[in-house]
Amino acid sequence: MQAHVSQNYLKKRAGRDKRFIAFSYAAILLAGAFLVFFFVDIVHSAWPAFEQAELRVEVNYNDQARKMGDNALDENVSYLVSRGFTRLIPNLLREDPSLLGTSEDKWVLADSEVDQYLKGKPNRLRKAERQLVDTMRAEGRARLAFNKGFFLNGDSKLPEMAGIWAAAVGSLYVLIITLAFSFPLGVATAIYLEEFAPDNRLMQVVEVNINNLAAIPSILFGLLGLSIFINFMGVPRSSALVGGLTLSLMTLPVIIISTRAAILAIPDSIREGALALGATRWQMVITNILPLSLPGILTGTIIGLARAIGETAPLMIVGMMAYIPEAPDGFTSAATVLPAQIYTWSSDSMRAFTERTSAGIIVLLAVMLLMNGAAIYLRNKYETKW
Amino acid sequence: MNLDTGTIFFYLFCGVLPLAVVAYFLATRKTFSPSFKGQQMRSTPGSYGWYAVVWTLSPAMLGSLVAALLKLTGVADVPGGALVAAAIILAAAGLSVGVATVKPGLRARQVVERLIVKMLFVASLVSIFTTLGIVLSVTFEAIKFFDMVSLWDFITGTTWNPDEAVPGRGTSGVFGSVPLFAGTFMVTAIAMLVAVPIGLFSAICMSEYASPAFRKVAKPALEILAGIPTVVYGFFAAITVSPLVVHVAEYFGLQADFTNALSPGLVMGVMIIPLISSLSDDVINSVPNSLREGALAMGAYRSETIKNVILPAALPGIVSAFLLAVSRAVGETMIVVMAAGLRANLTWNPLEGMTTVTVRIVDAFTGDQAFDSPETLSAFGLGLVLLVVTLLLNVISLVVIRRFRQQYE
Repeated sequence: MQAHVSQNYLKKRAGRDKRFIAFSYAAILLAGAFLVFFFVDIVHSAWPAFEQAELRVEVNYNDQARKMGDNALDENVSYLVSRGFTRLIPNLLREDPSLLGTSEDKWVLADSEVDQYLKGKPNRLRKAERQLVDTMRAEGRARLAFNKGFFLNGDSKLPEMAGIWAAAVGSLYVLIITLAFSFPLGVATAIYLEEFAPDNRLMQVVEVNINNLAAIPSILFGLLGLSIFINFMGVPRSSALVGGLTLSLMTLPVIIISTRAAILAIPDSIREGALALGATRWQMVITNILPLSLPGILTGTIIGLARAIGETAPLMIVGMMAYIPEAPDGFTSAATVLPAQIYTWSSDSMRAFTERTSAGIIVLLAVMLLMNGAAIYLRNKYETKW
Repeated sequence: MNLDTGTIFFYLFCGVLPLAVVAYFLATRKTFSPSFKGQQMRSTPGSYGWYAVVWTLSPAMLGSLVAALLKLTGVADVPGGALVAAAIILAAAGLSVGVATVKPGLRARQVVERLIVKMLFVASLVSIFTTLGIVLSVTFEAIKFFDMVSLWDFITGTTWNPDEAVPGRGTSGVFGSVPLFAGTFMVTAIAMLVAVPIGLFSAICMSEYASPAFRKVAKPALEILAGIPTVVYGFFAAITVSPLVVHVAEYFGLQADFTNALSPGLVMGVMIIPLISSLSDDVINSVPNSLREGALAMGAYRSETIKNVILPAALPGIVSAFLLAVSRAVGETMIVVMAAGLRANLTWNPLEGMTTVTVRIVDAFTGDQAFDSPETLSAFGLGLVLLVVTLLLNVISLVVIRRFRQQYE
């Protein structure tokens, strides 16, 4: 009897052990499955955005087209062509009057509804219009071409005209400001804490505070940017300057922590060698410590910037999500950034914007992947093992 | 002459920096002059050069700083042109003093290095000023808000409807924040229900079971989850997960909103998995092998060792990881802005639309209200609560890990 119970007991224990192992692998596989599902879903919905419908139409530069660009096109076709093209015709005629009276056969941007129809997605074309598009496709006058405009245009109310160029330039400007402020400040702080700071109360507070700063929700940095940088200091709202300043405060702890780790990894024999040769502490830092810790510092900086480029919430608070179709021409002019552009598109109800949102996400993820890849490469190539 | 800030900076750079370069070369050249011949020099020529640069830049920078402070505090508005002119004159004066005081007996290096260390010290204070800035800016505006709305109404009110807050009329019963906290709590709870088991089991798998090869693939894969921008998670939650939740709910005969609290919660949970797993991984790895070996030698299965020996030993670290994760979830913004609702709704049903603290903060600033309207100021009240809650969570997590960590020799 006793033996029977313990047999059962052992079996139960073994079963529990197996289940536990299964659970632990299942957890990782679940996370992995999410990752795969996520990427497949995003790429799948982004894919069509890299192609854009074009129509080959006859453009007649007649007298009426000087006022309304629509008049240059055949009445049936004019509804299928993007308004982004037709509204430019009057300007074109004003700049080059010799075009008047001529006509040409050329590929022009199609309306987003035609675009969605050609991609086999739900659309609002009427039956007659669909038939017209079908005949045009059969005649080779409708095609899906590589979407150059997506990379070259700024934002637009017309989905077929909207692109990420302005947002990409805005992101670049913001990153430049972030780098310019957070890199020197972060490295200086780390050098001071590791090489010069006395062990007193104030420095303990600074250390605790840096770790704490890394855990403060990003949206609160936005509130800081709004009330200090914009309302108190008068930095222009929506500008790359205010966005960059806000993000540099967020990136600061990342750079400080990684720089300190890199400096800490340098053995004391290096310091003692420099000091023994008569260097002052500062000379030791500038000739030995900084060059040796540079790979670690750069890795941390790139990782911090990669995080900054994906940050949205604080930038929304400082006004960087307005409708801004033009690339900024300076640090103080209104700008938008990639993640903010993604957000603006995602909140638009037009279907054609959904695929552009996904395409914007792909671009953002590609940029971040590139930055993180560069950081890993730097670390592997230049890291010194002591 | 009124110049905008960018132009002022441009002129300052163009005027003052060349002077600094000139100062460097004048000072180094002076050390080779006849007056230095045969004399014992206290520093290298380069140090003298930097000494002169310090003399050139400091007065100009101090002057500009004072002008900026005067302008910010509203005492006096120095015109841009005058500022640039004054800065250049100050720099030139500093240059002449600097170069004139270059003498063989001068300890130029000490002067420069002492200044450098001071500058490093000032840089290290920036992080403190950042925290102070956040606390002060949020508190000041929050005080203005609590002048209009009583704190008690704010904490205990159950309706949040700022659109009805018209200036001049009463604001009572409009800014009740309970539904917002309920929404934040609901989303956070769902996120933790996803993140804690998956994150903890992943950490156990990685540190106790997985082969090095599996670990090599799985660890970076989990870290990718932490690197995905939150706006991307938000889009995914709104476009893919929400409709999925609605369909599944329909299948079970339940009614779900498209702005339900479940989908942002689920996606946020996925986002937090790597935070929990990497922190738990660290603490599990720091449990000494002698404990493992002792339990295994007694005939325990590995799972029993983990459950009865390793997890209790690692518990403080896991609790602190949990608290950090909660603080992250509470402060997370983009996922809920994009996938959760705007309507304040007090309910226990995660399939209904709920709104959160962070959503209302963002909403208050993206509307077209005046900056000192009650609705905009309410965001600072909410921000203050958010700040206090996350600070508390971070501090408790620090204390937990300090107080209860076992010290293994």
